[in-house]
Amino acid sequence: MIDTVIKSNNIDVYAIRKQFPILKRQVKGKQLIYLDNAATSQKPQSVIDALVNYYSYYNANIHRGIHTLAEEATAAFEATRDAVRQFIGAASREEIIFTRGTTEGINLVASTWGRQNIKSGDEIIISTMEHHSNIVPWQVLCEEKGALLKVIPVNDEGELLLDEYAKLLNPKTKLVSIVHVSNVLGTVNPVKKMIDMAHRAGAVVLVDGAQSTVHLDIDVQDMDCDFFAFSSHKLYGPTGTGVLYGKKNLLETMPVFQGGGEMIKEVSFEKTWYNDLPYKYEAGTPNIADTIAFKTALDFIKDTGKEKIRKHEEALLGYATTQLEQLPGLKIVGNAKEKVSVISFVIDNIHPQDIGILLDNRGIAVRTGHHCAQPLMNRFCIPGTTRASFAVYNTKEEIDELIIGLEKTIKMLA
Amino acid sequence: MSESKSIQTIENEIVEEFGLFDSWDDKYEYIIDLGKKLPPLDEQYKKDENKVRGCQSTVWLVADYKDGKIFYKAESDAVIVKGLISMLIRVLSGHTAEEIIQTRLDFIQQIGMTTHLAQTRSNGLLSMVKQMKNFALAYKLKNAAAAKS
Repeated sequence: MIDTVIKSNNIDVYAIRKQFPILKRQVKGKQLIYLDNAATSQKPQSVIDALVNYYSYYNANIHRGIHTLAEEATAAFEATRDAVRQFIGAASREEIIFTRGTTEGINLVASTWGRQNIKSGDEIIISTMEHHSNIVPWQVLCEEKGALLKVIPVNDEGELLLDEYAKLLNPKTKLVSIVHVSNVLGTVNPVKKMIDMAHRAGAVVLVDGAQSTVHLDIDVQDMDCDFFAFSSHKLYGPTGTGVLYGKKNLLETMPVFQGGGEMIKEVSFEKTWYNDLPYKYEAGTPNIADTIAFKTALDFIKDTGKEKIRKHEEALLGYATTQLEQLPGLKIVGNAKEKVSVISFVIDNIHPQDIGILLDNRGIAVRTGHHCAQPLMNRFCIPGTTRASFAVYNTKEEIDELIIGLEKTIKMLA
Repeated sequence: MSESKSIQTIENEIVEEFGLFDSWDDKYEYIIDLGKKLPPLDEQYKKDENKVRGCQSTVWLVADYKDGKIFYKAESDAVIVKGLISMLIRVLSGHTAEEIIQTRLDFIQQIGMTTHLAQTRSNGLLSMVKQMKNFALAYKLKNAAAAKS
């Protein structure tokens, strides 16, 4: 069934696998089956080559040097900014701020826009399915300012309750910060609608795109979010670099995040004139190598075809869901109508950690635990889940191996 | 009984037992079996102050002092961790504080469990060993203070 889907998609998963050297390795004497893509995806050879190439041929500090290496490095670094702008449909390159990743992007907004705009008695809305990265910065801010954190509940299927969200919105709501796709449940939230509702209430919206950007078409202008944060390493790119998109009018009026080199125009002991966007928010030498290689990752996605990738992942999700549901005592956590290729599940009387250890013993990498979303675990009254998440290079055969591994695991632990 | 055996002797016994297994599956089956057989900890001990913080599974650990020796009781919500607890109790329980503090627990490495389990924060094995040793240290210090006064 799935093979026909793959063929009709014109996606040659076996050719794609050849581009990822890590997929050849063995773990515990078994062929690696990597199903922890929601944590981080593996990197194609082109991305690895881009890193090596940078350090081998044109490593230099960017923006200030006038020598050839500095010019080449600057051009490559800025080329990634243009590629990102295009990838997420931003209006201008000034709106693309490079960060260390999603977490830093959210913290940047909390420390700058948040500090400037949140006052005592104001309200910030998040949801039950947030990653700790989109909870803690707002808790810290609320504590500092005497503001209130409000939480949108989820139903048993793992979908946000929009009626409840509508009730939470009021003139005191200054910010809505919501996850686009849940890292635990795979749920795709209707962010466009939610942003519109928030704007009508006069609130600014940040979307945590850590999980969505690799799976869905992102158009920040169509979505109309005010901020959008994501990481390179979940998009087949290197770790340690990411993006914060912000609407220009907001970025221009926000205070600076960190002070230092790069973000200044002129410094005296009396006053500093800050640099223009986007450099105003990029203090210090950035992560040049990884940011340059990030463009290669975006090229990989573009060349493979995002729509083809999505269809392939959808087919894997469908197949895995059907197969998993047949295992005795297994319950899938998160059955939203709109889902990406992330499946969390629990098995009766078996701790997720035991499942993770025994699957690892068979070379299968899954994630177990609370997935940095403890409030969501509490909502479903579970200590954690086992999560399998699929990427472009995963196959039907790997899902079959997962099922065999789980059958064996259940037998061993019963 | 194990009381008369040294920690080293018990460790050697475990290493020998594990030497009989051909595959990792067999080793895990044995550990799971130990986990299932670990006597449950009385509910009264399952409170926050007895928790050993691991990232994924919960471990409760308590220690008794009797005739100059330390006796451990513990439980976890994950069965493989329970199996590991069972082995740690078998090795350490019933020995003096000094013996427990001094031991390096080389058997964990010798049966291959270091690479499999102990290096990540995802399990409480390292914290459990540390907590067991802390109990011994606390007991030793308490005794020393009592001897002085």
